[in-house]
Amino acid sequence: MTTSTVSARAGRRPSPVSLLSWLMLVPCVVVFALFIIWPLGKSVSLSLHGSDLFGRPDAYVGLQHYRDMLGSPDFRHILGVTFGFVLLTVIPGVLGALVIVLLLEQHIKGIRIFRTAFALPFAFSVASASVIFATIYNPAIGLANGLLGHFGVDRIGWLTDPSWALISVAITTVWMSIGYNVLVLSAGIGAIPTELNEAATLDGAGGFRASRYITIPLLGPQLFFLIVISTIQSLQGFGQIKILTPEGGPEQSTKTLVYSIYHTAFANNASDFGAASAQAIVLLVILLICTAIQFGVLERRVHYK
Amino acid sequence: MRPGRIITYVVLILAAVAVIFPVYYVVAGSIMSPGQISSYPPDLFPHGIFTGNYKGTASSGTPIGQQYVNSILQTSIITLSQLITSVLAAYAFVFMKMWGRTVLFGLFLATLMVPWESIVLPNYLTITGWSIGGERLTASYAGTMIALVLPFLANAFGVFLLRQSFLQFPVELRDAATIDGAGHWRFLSRILIPLNKPALMAVGLYVFLSAWNQFFWPLLIGDSASRRTLQIGISQLNDAEAADPGLILAGVTLSILPTLAIVIFGQRFIVRGLTAGAIR
Repeated sequence: MTTSTVSARAGRRPSPVSLLSWLMLVPCVVVFALFIIWPLGKSVSLSLHGSDLFGRPDAYVGLQHYRDMLGSPDFRHILGVTFGFVLLTVIPGVLGALVIVLLLEQHIKGIRIFRTAFALPFAFSVASASVIFATIYNPAIGLANGLLGHFGVDRIGWLTDPSWALISVAITTVWMSIGYNVLVLSAGIGAIPTELNEAATLDGAGGFRASRYITIPLLGPQLFFLIVISTIQSLQGFGQIKILTPEGGPEQSTKTLVYSIYHTAFANNASDFGAASAQAIVLLVILLICTAIQFGVLERRVHYK
Repeated sequence: MRPGRIITYVVLILAAVAVIFPVYYVVAGSIMSPGQISSYPPDLFPHGIFTGNYKGTASSGTPIGQQYVNSILQTSIITLSQLITSVLAAYAFVFMKMWGRTVLFGLFLATLMVPWESIVLPNYLTITGWSIGGERLTASYAGTMIALVLPFLANAFGVFLLRQSFLQFPVELRDAATIDGAGHWRFLSRILIPLNKPALMAVGLYVFLSAWNQFFWPLLIGDSASRRTLQIGISQLNDAEAADPGLILAGVTLSILPTLAIVIFGQRFIVRGLTAGAIR
């Protein structure tokens, strides 16, 4: 049994309860140690080593990879694409969901059908969504050009034109994220006391003004959470870029940091785990900053309560 | 109707059509004949039901059927394992006194901040470097499956969610069970788990969704088409030289069936899991 004996309580030996509790934690601890914590150290170490012909680590090179990276225009381009992608996905994704949720709040008919409709993209994996959009963007038979053609608009090289490729990948990403964003904001609205809106209606503030002065401010925490989470997800976006623009886009126009990590590590003939790991550390630092901002602001609360 | 109402409906309907359209297009396109789907200008409505694309997924060079089995296996192992490891860890954190509990829980949460992309390379080197009986781990089917699931057998998100749920468990019930002589195991299996079904469903469905949808790791693991997961399979249908849109859309339709069922029927459970971080 698990009742602790007197000797265990008095002595230095751990009580059976404490031993059992550690045993229950062991599976998690082993997985985290082996596949998260140790690799974290290993990533740092890899980033300080060169790579042999097969991309495997060899000699210690110190901060060489970081110096190369910071001095290279290619890397500045990659960071530019990465943050461009964040802007192109986060702003439309969050604003679009906000508009949808505010409209759904106006006591409309068939709200359940609309809710389900907006949640549907959530069922799509990054691979399935990307493959569908690849078909839609297809230059010859794709629907995107086909529909534009009806309106007399010239064909667009959605994935082949350097000025369009990143936008096309972003559209796919926004489509994938809108379902989740609507779910989060709907849950937030559900938590707002109905008396607030009723009071506003009594005071003569209907629809738009109630949204502007009551709903949106009270959705502060959810909006903030979505902005941070979407930014983090955007920074980690990989599947849609790899599938839609397999080579990082025309003129490297969709080569984000994560894509570059993959490309640097696994590109044919030029595999370099050292340089790729240095980029992985940069990604880690950027994402940790985002998370720190999230916690910093959440602590101070974003809404009036 | 007031003009405001009409605008509300128009905007909502337009947004809904834009969001649903790709979903419609997948299903409609998957039952179009090759001639119809590649017609220009494009056709939006299928002429009857053409089953050739679905037959094609079974017979084409990409073995979608085998990949389906692979994905179901991979996803089930991950989901089951995370449920078990999370329940055990959350139980220890909530119901057992031990030294260093708070610090350890903090460490668990910290693992959630490490993006997979920043540790994927060392994990790749580790796992592809392992060998069993002189053969690389990933050289066999079973080894490939192990490599696919191993890093994801536990995750702190499930522990976090279940801990939240367990913390709300009434102390009186716990005490009553102890007085009746229920040990840890009995209390856990007979009382705690049945009473926390919604939280377990939330974790299970969430883990299922994310495991089923994995892309980066399965892309790196798996030497041959028949060992790849479905997600990689459908993305490679797209890469193929003479990509066949009907075949691709049929593959995608098959791949979204399980997740679509979860989103439609399990919505109330996932909302709870997904918004755990958003609602405070």
